[in-house]
This record gives sequence, C-alpha cells and structure tokens, in this order.
Amino acid sequence: MAWQKKDLLGLEELTREEIELILNTADSFKEISTREIKKVPALRGKTVVNLFYEPSTRTRVSFEVAAKRLSADVINIATETSSVKKGETLIDTGTNIQALKADIIVVRHNSSGAAAMLARHLAISVVNAGDGWHEHPTQALLDIFTLKEKLGKIEGLNVSIVGDIAHSRVARSNIWGLTKLGAKVTVCAPKILIPAGIEEMGARVTYDIDEALKGADALNVLRMQFERDESAAFPKQLEYFKNFGITGERLAKAKKNIVVMHPGPINRGIEMSSEVADGANSVILEQVTNGIAVRMAVLFLVAQAAESKKDENTH
Amino acid sequence: MIDPANNLDEVCDILIDNGKISKVAKNIRNGADETIDAGGKIVMPGLVDMHVHLREPGREDKETVATGTYAAAHGGVVSVLAMPNTAPAMDCEDSVALLKEIIKKDAKNNVFICGAITRERLGKELADIAKLKNAGVVALSDDGASVDDDALMLEALKQAANLGIAMICHSEDKSLSNAGVVNAGFTATRLGLRGISKESEYKRVERDIRLAEQAGVKVHIAHVSCKESVEIIREAKKRGVSVTCETAPHYFALNEEALLNYDPNMKMNPPLRSKADVEAVKKGLIDGTVDAIASDHAPHTENEKEIEFDRAEFGVVGLETELAAGISELIDTGLLEWRELVKKLSLNPAKILGVNKGTLSVGADADIAIVDPDKEWIVVKKELLSKSKNSPFLGRKLKGSVGYTICAGKIVYKG
Repeated sequence: MAWQKKDLLGLEELTREEIELILNTADSFKEISTREIKKVPALRGKTVVNLFYEPSTRTRVSFEVAAKRLSADVINIATETSSVKKGETLIDTGTNIQALKADIIVVRHNSSGAAAMLARHLAISVVNAGDGWHEHPTQALLDIFTLKEKLGKIEGLNVSIVGDIAHSRVARSNIWGLTKLGAKVTVCAPKILIPAGIEEMGARVTYDIDEALKGADALNVLRMQFERDESAAFPKQLEYFKNFGITGERLAKAKKNIVVMHPGPINRGIEMSSEVADGANSVILEQVTNGIAVRMAVLFLVAQAAESKKDENTH
Repeated sequence: MIDPANNLDEVCDILIDNGKISKVAKNIRNGADETIDAGGKIVMPGLVDMHVHLREPGREDKETVATGTYAAAHGGVVSVLAMPNTAPAMDCEDSVALLKEIIKKDAKNNVFICGAITRERLGKELADIAKLKNAGVVALSDDGASVDDDALMLEALKQAANLGIAMICHSEDKSLSNAGVVNAGFTATRLGLRGISKESEYKRVERDIRLAEQAGVKVHIAHVSCKESVEIIREAKKRGVSVTCETAPHYFALNEEALLNYDPNMKMNPPLRSKADVEAVKKGLIDGTVDAIASDHAPHTENEKEIEFDRAEFGVVGLETELAAGISELIDTGLLEWRELVKKLSLNPAKILGVNKGTLSVGADADIAIVDPDKEWIVVKKELLSKSKNSPFLGRKLKGSVGYTICAGKIVYKG
C-alpha cells in the first residue's frame, strides 16, 4: 500500500496497515543513523518548519535531527521568538509559513485539536508533535517501534500505561496505536487521573499498580506533570511514588523480560526509581534513538503524499 | 394553512387589512390589492424565537438589530426575544430605552426585550425589575449565567411573577462545569478536552424548579440539552409545577460526534451531548415536556471562532436554520405533526412570553411565514443574512425553505 495522507494528526484516524507502513519505513531508515555519513537525500530541497508553542527540547530536536538526516532544511520557531506574542492567530502563522513555501509544519501546541485545525486550513503537510491532551502520534509510534524491536511483535502483548492518563496525549496515542495492532492495553493511575470513558477507547482500567504489572509484557511509564494541575486533589509527589512509582521491588514481581519505557524527561524518584530507569529492562534511550527513525519515516511519507497530490493536480 | 391557536390545518385564504388578519376563510373573493399564491406551500404564524442574541448595543461587529432581524425574516421568524447580555446589559431603564430606539429605527420585524435579572448580570444584586417592566421588557434572564444565590433567585422569581413577566433560567452551575468546552465523557476524553458534566445543567434545572415551586410561580428553563433535565422537567410538570422549557435545534439535530474534527461551529453552551441525550430531547418534544424550540442564536465573528477549539467562543447562529432543522429532523422523520412543530416555534413561546403573537386569528397582527415544505437547500455561508456565519449546519442539506415572511402585513423577506 502507499501512504495517502498529507498530514499525520493522530493514530486514531490511521488504519492498522498505515501504522505498519510507518513502522516498516522507520525500520528501513534506522540504519542511516549508524552510518559514517548520516544523511540521505530523500527530502533534499524540502523545508521543514518546527512550530512549537510549548517548550520542548527532545521532540523538537528529534524532529530536527530526523529532517536533517533526510537532507531537508529546518527552521525552528518557538513562541518566544515569533509574532505569536503579538497576537497573530495560529491560522495566520500557518498560512505565512505556507507562503514561505515550506513543505511540512511540525506543530506542538497546548490546545487539543490545534494540529487538525492547521491541517484543515493549509495545503502543505502538518505533522502533530503533540496537541494538548489529545495526541502525540510520533511518540506512540516510536514506543510501538521500540516494543516491536524488543519483543518481535505487538499482536497479543499486554501493555500497561501508568501515570497521568487524563492529561496525557502520549497515553491516548498509545492506546489507539497498540489496540489497532492487537495489543491489550491497561491503564493505571489514581482515580482522579483516569478520564471518563477511557474504556471505550479499548483500554482496561486498574487503580492498582501491582495489578497493572502482573502479566504485563511492557510498561509505559508517563511523566507526572505536577505543574499542570493546580487542583488540591492531585496526589503529592511522594505519595504518588509510594503508590504508583516503579521500583525494583515491584518490577521483581513482574515478567522477567518486561520492557520498561518512558517518554521522558524522567522525574527520577517520582515515576520510577533510578534503579529501574537505568536497569536492564529499561529501553528509554533506545526510544530516543528510534524516535529519529520513526520521525524520518513520518516526514518522508507525508512529503511523498503531498508530492503525489501535487502531481494529480497538475495532470 | 396551519394555525395551532385555532386548531386549523386546512386549505384556505387569509385576508390582511391594515396590518391585521381580517378574514380567514375558503375562497375569499373580495379584491385584494395584492395577492400571494401560496398553493402547495404551508402558511403558518410567523415564528416567535424566544432566545436570540442580537448583540446590539455593544457588539455590532457580530450582529445588529438590523442584520439580526433580517436573518430572522430569512428563517420565517417574525418575533424575537433579544437577550440582555449586551454592553451595556439590559439591567436598567436607560439601557432598555437605548435598545428600543435602535429597534424603532432598524428592526425589520418584532423585537421583544429580555431584561437582566441582576445588575450587570453579575448575580449579586437584583436589577430594578419594576422599572424594567415599565420600560417594556417582557421577560427576565441573566442568560449566559445563572443566579447562583438561592435567596436572590427566589426573590427574583417572586418579583417577576408579581409583575407578570416571564423568568427565563440559564440553568448552569459553573462550579460543576469545570471550565469545560465539550460534553464530559468519552468524547471529551477522546478529544483531550475538558468536559462539561450534565450535572452542571440538570442540578441547576432542579434548583430553579424547586425555587419556583417553593414560591408558587412560573419559571422557564432555557436551552435544555440533556436527558436528566428533560426528565426533571417532565416530573415537575406532572406534579403541577408551572415550568416550561425550550430546546434548540442543535440539541435534537446534532450530537457530540459532530465534534470529532474540532469544528468550533459545533461549540456552544450547553454543549452537544450524547446520542442518548438527543433521543431524550426528542422524546420530550414529542410528549410535550419540551414546550418550545428557540435558536439561541449566538453570532460570533470568524476571528472569535476560527481559532483553537478551547479558545473559541461558545455559541452558534440559528435563526435562519431553525425551521428547516425542525422540518428535517422532526417532521420528515415522523416524530412530530406539523401542527406540533409550528406550535413549538410560534404559539407556545408567545404564550410563555405573554405576547399576543404566534396566531393567525382574525384581528391578530398579520405575522405570517409561507414555507415550501419540500424544497431542499444546502446551508452555505454566503447565503446566510446574519452578520456572523457560525452555523453548525454549514454544508448540511436541510428541507423546508421560507418563501415569504410577513410582519404586520408587510413583506419583510421574499425567497
């Protein structure tokens, strides 16, 4: 099959085949980063704009590295340096970037749906690098890629996602992606951090961390964003670690080869102990490496789709 | 011709003289100066929309009395109730007088004024309700907000009843709506947006009814959107409380799934609810629990709507689509009889407001809509006459098109 979409907005709207296509494309790109000269000309002459409305280092850098390894030109726009502060609307910013003849906008925004809105108004490609609590598709794709690399398959795996599910775009994208590929997903958090109706997305819910660990083939531990919710009911950090933190002791009761993931940056001693973060089951740094291949695949596929759409229009 | 006030649903002629209906009969022969052939069309009382934000004075960039009433005429609406959340708010005689002057100058049809319950609609201090009544308001509401204080609300209900003006409740407990933007539950979770719980609506509906019951007075609940509200109102009616309510077309024509593309034109308060809620609203319309259909016409500029979903304004326009949405969703589906739909769009709201409208009785003002019930049309921005185009029905095909709108014998819109 060929990739048809000019945008990547989320995993909810993708089919299993489309997800597999991205993963397979990423697989073929992974080797490039191990070469002496880590560059291929696939996107030579293309311009990728990283439009980040939220502070982010790792995702932006990962997209930048991915674009550069494909020989694209990269421009980074962060809110501090743009006209956003002067009150320019997202759509105006987008159409201006389009007028600069950029080819792909990679957008990170704190409003859910921002990437979808931009995509609706622009002819050029939009890649969602995280919108509010909604989706963070490339993060989930790199999680799934890493998992598949480690365990050989996704179908039939038990994957537990632990942490602030309510406010997590990483959780949502992972649930959509993993369930489409046939994994069983369990989410685990204090009650207040489990959003209503999450079961309808295909996830099982537990409030007990040991229950979440039992029988799990993989664990995806989310960053606790204590700064995000001012609510008094939000569990305190130490209390959270006590009840939900992943420790060596807890992990000892799980499957021996359980894969431990974290989208980063880690709060050591809150979501997991250093022992676990740096331990044999952790694939956290491999996730970072794989993020480049996955983002190369996404940039390549959307650029190709936009190109073939252009061809259709001229013929 | 359909005239629910006189139980009429038959083919006949209407003679208009001097702005009034002077005769209703078969084959009227005495020579009129002007004749409209309404063969094959439905002639009904001009609609009475009891929930309209005309935005003037204060936000003339969104809508004005002139454009809003023209949009109304396009939708077959001859009388509107202008909601008081203007700038200045309709909380004193001077503001009402100002609006009345604008209406006199610019209105294409009848505009009734809804006064504010509290000063500046802040819910702190009652407006001078007697003075508002003298200035000409026919109803009171802090629409957009609810009066949180029970004692203050009770006092307002009593005063309104004493003066014989309608009390319209925007029933929402904002402490429960959680700064939400869409219906709480699966849709909110899926979209990663804050949810507005149904409790925020129905708990306040419950309270507003309880206070009215306690005072033994009438109360009207605006924009009912969820199952529980319908059920609470149904029960209250059963036990004899003088409660009436309205819903808006979007609450029976659309559900929360319309939000999956983050279309800000699907954002309003209360929010689009679940399919089960839509069914309950329809059931309420069928069994008479829901008395009226009103648009909650809430124009906003593109600058306020075509932005990030969580930052976009709440509210949608509806004057020009309410009749067609009713025909498409309630008549075509066989849920309501024509007479019932017309009643909910004209006679019932007129009765709730205590205004002598919504009827084709001899002697009444000749406020008439002539509608082609079968004509289909697609809602497109450029054909909307409202100054704002934030319709949730854009791109949708609706059935039922207005041919003529007549206000006091004068043609104010011709399709």
